[in-house]
Amino acid sequence: MKKSYEKPIILKLQTGFMNKYGSTPYYSRKTRSEIDGVPIDTLVTKFGSPLMVFSESSIRRTYNEVFRAFSTRYPSVTFGWSYKTNYLKAICSIFHQEGALAEVVSEMEYEKARKLGIPGKNIIFNGPHKPFEILKRAASENSMIHIDHFDELMELEQISQQLHKPVKVGLRLNMETGIHPQWSRFGFNLDTGQALDAVKRMKHGGKLILNGLHCHLGTFILDPQAYAEAIKKMVAFAYEIETHFGFKMEYLDIGGGFPSQNKLKSSYLPPELTILPLDEYAAKITNALYENLRPGDYPRLIIETGRALVDESGYMITTVITSKRLPDGRKAYVVDGGINLLFTSFWYKFNLEIDREVPGVNEPAVVYGPLCMNIDAIDEGTLLPSLPRGARLIVSPIGAYNVTQWMQFIEYRPNVVLIGQQGELDIIREREDLTDIDRREKLPPRLAYK
Amino acid sequence: MNRLTQLALSDEGFVFDPLTGESFTVNPTGLTILRGLKADRSLESIGREISDQFEALPEETERDITDFIHHLRTYHLL
Ligand SMILES: Cc1ncc(COP(=O)(O)O)c(C=O)c1O
Repeated sequence: MKKSYEKPIILKLQTGFMNKYGSTPYYSRKTRSEIDGVPIDTLVTKFGSPLMVFSESSIRRTYNEVFRAFSTRYPSVTFGWSYKTNYLKAICSIFHQEGALAEVVSEMEYEKARKLGIPGKNIIFNGPHKPFEILKRAASENSMIHIDHFDELMELEQISQQLHKPVKVGLRLNMETGIHPQWSRFGFNLDTGQALDAVKRMKHGGKLILNGLHCHLGTFILDPQAYAEAIKKMVAFAYEIETHFGFKMEYLDIGGGFPSQNKLKSSYLPPELTILPLDEYAAKITNALYENLRPGDYPRLIIETGRALVDESGYMITTVITSKRLPDGRKAYVVDGGINLLFTSFWYKFNLEIDREVPGVNEPAVVYGPLCMNIDAIDEGTLLPSLPRGARLIVSPIGAYNVTQWMQFIEYRPNVVLIGQQGELDIIREREDLTDIDRREKLPPRLAYK
Repeated sequence: MNRLTQLALSDEGFVFDPLTGESFTVNPTGLTILRGLKADRSLESIGREISDQFEALPEETERDITDFIHHLRTYHLL
């Protein structure tokens, strides 16, 4: 009988290539034959490759875990779904069904939320660019507008006059909390007195009613203490405003920024060792509230978590198109989805899983995307067994910021599929074709090819 | 000159290069190729030997042998 075949491989033995657990990395690998019980093969046969896949169960589970971490510690908690993190209608709708508000940062996102049926009062409107007309619409629809700069403040006073009604607004703050880089370009600085000037101006103008404070410290914040610092400063400021100007803060919005279980390229350690459970964030944040709020005062706590609620629920299935040997000896694979679809590959080192058991030892490998561009590398240094053409590599977590920041560049963007809680398979965004690209272009007749 | 002829090969796939002191490991198919190359056999005959011994398609082995040889070159063994 013939022996089973394994692709020939030679590896140089290097001392010091053992990991700290003593086992050799040359045999460890991860396989994934299904997502939520649906075989990878079924998904690809039905919807093609590459393919983005989201798990509804995982999104709902994550949301509920994070929500409970806060709601069991503080009486008034609301999440605002950060649209920019993932604004596919189906994904937003899951969060809205779970009770999240919409957190939007542009005209497009505002319109998207309204089109989904979200009433203005359930929309938080952030960001430095709110064109006058949409700002006016948001004010007339009583959305929660967070003022980013003085020009916007003045436009809102004008809008209040045009609408013949006072407009309720929140104020975006930025401040020193030990996080660097400090996102000081958004909102008004608390430490220099700029924020206080804005409040004075509002009081003086008499047209705006300040009822909330907002900040967003940054993203992938690894130290929960930063939130405690922010809360301490926000609460002190809220009481200062109440005492001197009579505005009562109905809510404190601490923005987003919790990390997901993804591995930053800059980090040597796996995420399990560097990222604290979100429970610890919830404990630090709610403790800071109780330490600084007056007894019996419970302004609503709003949290705009994006990444941490959706990243782990998304996967990208890719197929190996070819492999070659690089001059430095590493094995290179080309797969059919690359950085055109994975914007977050610039700072994440993804988890790569193979759809099948592949015999043989691992060797150093590079995984490239399909673009005819040198920068298109998903992983520039990993260990993989010899993968045959047609094998699938499953890339994760990719649920946050990719289906919004992906590019229509060189290739069509693929189907995005949602696996429902009962195993339903629904396309939530169709694969593009030439009509999508053609539709917005105009060819002057004189340039037509004859 | 190629270093290949000097290599010491063990049945377990341990490879030692006495010229440089480097050592390598190969899997059984790799070992078959290395032995064939040492014996100065043609790639076709090495390919046939692999197809005879292992469950593999000839097109696949041909491609894999080419890749293996590229890999030997990157280690300067060929
Ligand atoms: C104002 C605001 N809120 C929420 C978020 C979501 O952040 P994250 O995905 O880090 O939780 C962002 C992201 O940049 C933001 O700018």
